[in-house]
Amino acid sequence: MFLNAIVLALREIRRNVLRSSLTILGMVIGVAAVITMITIGDGATAQIQADIGKLGTNLLQVFRGQGFGGGGGARSSAPPFSMEDVRAIEAELSGVEAVAPSSNSGAQAIFGNSNWSTQVTGTNDKFLQVRDWTLASGRNFSDSELRGGAAVCLLGNTVKTELFGNADPVGTTIRLNKLSCQVIGVLTAKGQSGFGQDQDDLVVIPLRTLQRRMAGNADVGAILVSARDGVSTAKVQADLESLLRERRKIRPGEDQDFNVRDLKEVASAFTSSTRVLTALLGAVAAVSLIVGGVGIMNIMLVSVTERTREIGTRLAVGAMARDVLLQFLIEAVVLAALGGFIGIVLGLSAGAAATHAFRVPFVLNPSIVILSFVFSAAVGIVFGYFPAQRAAQLDPIEALRHE
Amino acid sequence: MTGMPSASLPVIELSQVAKIYGHGEGEVRALRGIDLRIDSGEFVAVMGPSGSGKSTCMNVLGCLDTPTFGTYKFLGVAVGDMSADQRALLRRNYLGFVFQGFNLLSRTTALENVELPLIYRHVPLAERHARARKALREVGLSGREKHVPAELSGGQQQRVAIARAIVSQPKVLFADEPTGNLDSQTSIEIMKLLTDLNEKHGITIAMVTHEAEIAAWTRRIVRFRDGNIESDVANQPVREG
Repeated sequence: MFLNAIVLALREIRRNVLRSSLTILGMVIGVAAVITMITIGDGATAQIQADIGKLGTNLLQVFRGQGFGGGGGARSSAPPFSMEDVRAIEAELSGVEAVAPSSNSGAQAIFGNSNWSTQVTGTNDKFLQVRDWTLASGRNFSDSELRGGAAVCLLGNTVKTELFGNADPVGTTIRLNKLSCQVIGVLTAKGQSGFGQDQDDLVVIPLRTLQRRMAGNADVGAILVSARDGVSTAKVQADLESLLRERRKIRPGEDQDFNVRDLKEVASAFTSSTRVLTALLGAVAAVSLIVGGVGIMNIMLVSVTERTREIGTRLAVGAMARDVLLQFLIEAVVLAALGGFIGIVLGLSAGAAATHAFRVPFVLNPSIVILSFVFSAAVGIVFGYFPAQRAAQLDPIEALRHE
Repeated sequence: MTGMPSASLPVIELSQVAKIYGHGEGEVRALRGIDLRIDSGEFVAVMGPSGSGKSTCMNVLGCLDTPTFGTYKFLGVAVGDMSADQRALLRRNYLGFVFQGFNLLSRTTALENVELPLIYRHVPLAERHARARKALREVGLSGREKHVPAELSGGQQQRVAIARAIVSQPKVLFADEPTGNLDSQTSIEIMKLLTDLNEKHGITIAMVTHEAEIAAWTRRIVRFRDGNIESDVANQPVREG
């Protein structure tokens, strides 16, 4: 009986292709919208997670000041860190894998006729390890270079490309403002960060070199710390805070004038906010599924009126009320499911195109695909039931007489 | 009289059947207590002016409607007590219908139209097709299986409808003005076909018509007037063509 009804329903859908297409149009658009939104949202989430992974694993950043962004008014008044702080962290905290100081300064990088405005980061030989970065060519800083404040540098991929194109710059000398500096290595490309920054637009030099030759002070702007494998970043964060409070003589209960940022937390905050946004977009799109269902109901009601004589004929040749009910119900469900299927295909295509355009990864979310399909079929049942009920309740004599 | 061996078995038995629509002042007495017996193998014409009760009577006979009073026994079983579903089963298994307007499903091939009753009987696909083809052959439409109604003439459409009515090998075929939408030449062809089905296949036929020359093809003519049977006479069927 069920198979029969499906055969009849498919026959019916084929009988009026235009009407069937119009019926499912709302469904198609609704499902496509849901799938597209969720695909874009999932892509953005994956992108953010990947970006934060690029910053380095188990990375904690210690900034001056209190603001989340690190740029608040408290920053200027808070005293800077020093190399003593860095050494103390290295020596006293067991959960720490590597520590790298970081001070930044803007500079013009010049080679021959090429000229590029970039950021110079003064740090040590642990910087690469902490940031989970590797060298494309050349070598890391040596101890003597770090201690002596040698004029050597590592180029970020963007700077290398701007100044040298495809040539290998290792061994050549560039100028950073007035400082002549030998290129000893090139960093691999990391691409954009989740915040839209080009992470490869930098030149890395020894901290001492930056302090002496460019900044003219002994300050350390920020400290990058990577936690040892198996040690929770939360524990390292707590240890860092208590150590630095002690060193900076902050009494218990007093606000600290520095800020330890766990990138995993930042990542999860961003991820969860993207998730909320995705869910919201999905919910808005789901409303269009309901609209699609109303569309199906509308056309099905018209179809029942239009096919009254046909229903009468079916009843006369021996169809029971429930045969007619089932036929129209299955027609609605098959139409809705068909609309759902087309919508899924369209939505995935649109999602793929959009994620490509926004340069975020295309993530196939099978549970959403299945859910949309099941939901669209359910919409068919809910909105098909009323018209089907109407068809089934027709009086055969009246129906046969209907013009 | 009918020449059939089982002629004496009553297929249809109406006793004191009345049909009343509405209540009180607006009540309409469409049938005022009629008695009618149709035996197996008969070919009966039901005639009468509009409003005479002939259509109501056919609806009751076709188990599409139930009598308000009196009893209707089909093959000895009282139809009045049946539920709508039981009557649907009765129609499905024992009755065939032919309508004035053919009532074929549009954009649906002749074969698919003819197999419709078999679908409701849950006949498997292969057998369904074989029987539908056979029914189409019997009405002279071999080779038209894939044609949709719009591609067929009125006479051919009515033949498809007749094939649909006989495909389930019904006990009784009800025809409601089967030639009403056809020209006289085509009407004769349809009447020949019905006569054939009656005589060669033994199908009992009850046919509503208001045309005397169509009724003349049958073996018995029942005339209705004001909800009563006015006359019920045997007829010597015509055989011209």
